Amino acid sequence: MSPAITLAAGEASEHRTLIITLFAVFVAATLVITVWAGRQTKDAADFYAGGRQFTGFQNGLAVSGDYMSAASFLGIAGAIALFGYDGFLYSIGFLVAWLVALLLVAEPLRNSGRYTMGDVLAYRMRQRPVRTAAGTSTIVVSIFYLLAQMAGAGVLVSLLLGITSDGGKIGIVALVGVLMIVYVTIGGMKGTTWVQMVKAVLLIAGALLLTFLVLLKFDFNVSDLLGSAADNSGKGAAFLEPGLKYGATGTTKLDFISLGIALVLGTAGLPHILIRFYTVPTAKAARKSVIWAIGLIGAFYLMTLALGFGAAALIKPDEIIASNKAGNTAAPLLALHLGGVDSNWGAILLATISAVAFATILAVVAGLTLASSSSFAHDIYANVIKRGQATEKQELGAARWATVGIGAVSIVLGALARDLNVAGLVALAFAVAASANLPTILYSLFWKRFTTGGALWSIYGGLVTAVGLVLFSPVVSGKETSMFPDVDFHWFPLENPGIISIPVGFLLGVLGTYLSKEEPDKGKYAELEVRSLTGTGAH
Amino acid sequence: MATETPPPSKSPVQLPSTEEFEAVQESAEFGELRRSYRSFAFPLTVGFIAWYLLYVLLSNYADDFMGTKLFGNVNVALVLGLAQFLTTFLIAWWYSRHAAAQLDPKAEAIKSRMEGGE
Repeated sequence: MSPAITLAAGEASEHRTLIITLFAVFVAATLVITVWAGRQTKDAADFYAGGRQFTGFQNGLAVSGDYMSAASFLGIAGAIALFGYDGFLYSIGFLVAWLVALLLVAEPLRNSGRYTMGDVLAYRMRQRPVRTAAGTSTIVVSIFYLLAQMAGAGVLVSLLLGITSDGGKIGIVALVGVLMIVYVTIGGMKGTTWVQMVKAVLLIAGALLLTFLVLLKFDFNVSDLLGSAADNSGKGAAFLEPGLKYGATGTTKLDFISLGIALVLGTAGLPHILIRFYTVPTAKAARKSVIWAIGLIGAFYLMTLALGFGAAALIKPDEIIASNKAGNTAAPLLALHLGGVDSNWGAILLATISAVAFATILAVVAGLTLASSSSFAHDIYANVIKRGQATEKQELGAARWATVGIGAVSIVLGALARDLNVAGLVALAFAVAASANLPTILYSLFWKRFTTGGALWSIYGGLVTAVGLVLFSPVVSGKETSMFPDVDFHWFPLENPGIISIPVGFLLGVLGTYLSKEEPDKGKYAELEVRSLTGTGAH
Repeated sequence: MATETPPPSKSPVQLPSTEEFEAVQESAEFGELRRSYRSFAFPLTVGFIAWYLLYVLLSNYADDFMGTKLFGNVNVALVLGLAQFLTTFLIAWWYSRHAAAQLDPKAEAIKSRMEGGE
């Protein structure tokens, strides 16, 4: 461990009180919001869709808050700080992906569904099998994503509070889990949406502040900033070019393409993002939300460039790696250095940025938990187990119990995943979403011939292929950075399965449709197509 | 038809019958709305995905080109990356303009007629 990091950790623990206070203030404020929202949550539309009364701008802010996760803030900044230009690909893919949601998915979904992604997937299909599939893939994607956020939480705490023991880290992961259960069970979608809006404002403000301070250090000369980053990284000009992380061999280059495809096609298949479009009254408002989200998220990712290159320019790479192997703590470390390592300002800035990162994690995990428990209650419990006969009270009860269950599962998995780069983990969730969900969403909406068989083949085939390949990839075993570094059962060379699993998902949709030999329900397709484009009967 | 009945208090709108939906789906007016939407959204989607993949491939296999310095330490790779941001903003703006001018009026006309039950 380098002297600098000991100093940093020492500083941090001296100011532990400040950090804990800021964090407690955020938690208290969000709990007040949650209780307030909970009092107004009376029926299913309130719990699942926040009463559908948010404006396009409010929802755009909440969408940004839901999307700019720990992966964006900690993961991308860290990846840029360590690998330079290659970290930038994440921001580009994460942003361009929104066009798929804007052009093809957001408005039709708002027009024809009610509460979950499964509403649209199962619209013209046999309800029980397709809803079971949709519920399963919603929960799997959300848990992958949750894992990343939990890992981020554990990492932050070890840096901030000087807690390095496994017990301490797991304790924090558990605390995050309990808070998210409280947010979702009490506040439902209304509470979660407000928490996400508050968090989006805090995160953008925090990123603006750091970006300003970084640019100030370099007299607003971007070229100087890039030059210093390249010099300080010890990699020279290569730091500013593609290839440091992914350019080594043919395999890593393929991994880069795989990642790129997963990022751009994943967003429009993420259940926790899709259900946000039900919180606004019309498709027009859903469109407005996406436009706002693209503006806010784009601006934010531009700032992560400054943060990542700023961290590379101002902090020794060894110090970043010593603090967290995957670079996840680069942004908070940058805050400390910008304020001055030995000064109170450094500690205050570090505490502020860390509290913002915590807020980020909490808001995103709440959204993810809501998506999966909604899908469990609405798709699986009400429509499969109870065959559409459940009362609203039973359904909401199931949603709340599901929240507790999913919270518990993610606490356990989060404890296991604490040393993986959170951006990389989120990329896996994107790959699974793009393989299992996106093909069926698009075929359902736009392909007349598509059938139940096609939907099932595509969802399960995409899901099993994506998750299976991850299981046998270096992410899980065989490398020092793996989830289980001590064993090696990997045979799939790439970290991201997208390049195989996404085409498989699309292809199986076609194969399943033709091989299952069922007739598509023409009447239902007429209903879905007319509703999705006009909003007739949308509620 | 739907397996779930919407709660009455929240949905005063009665969904038109399947026959009505089929009639509208085959109408010239709806055909025009569908054409106007698809002929805009589909080629544009193919276009921006191709442009994005081109960028990914260049990053992978055109090291020298991407590393060319344009001014100061700013190289082609950085400018192309920022260009992806710019085109994303532009396409979003372009689509929202197209939708407001070409799609919304057509969609609203059909919707209000179907829900009005005329």
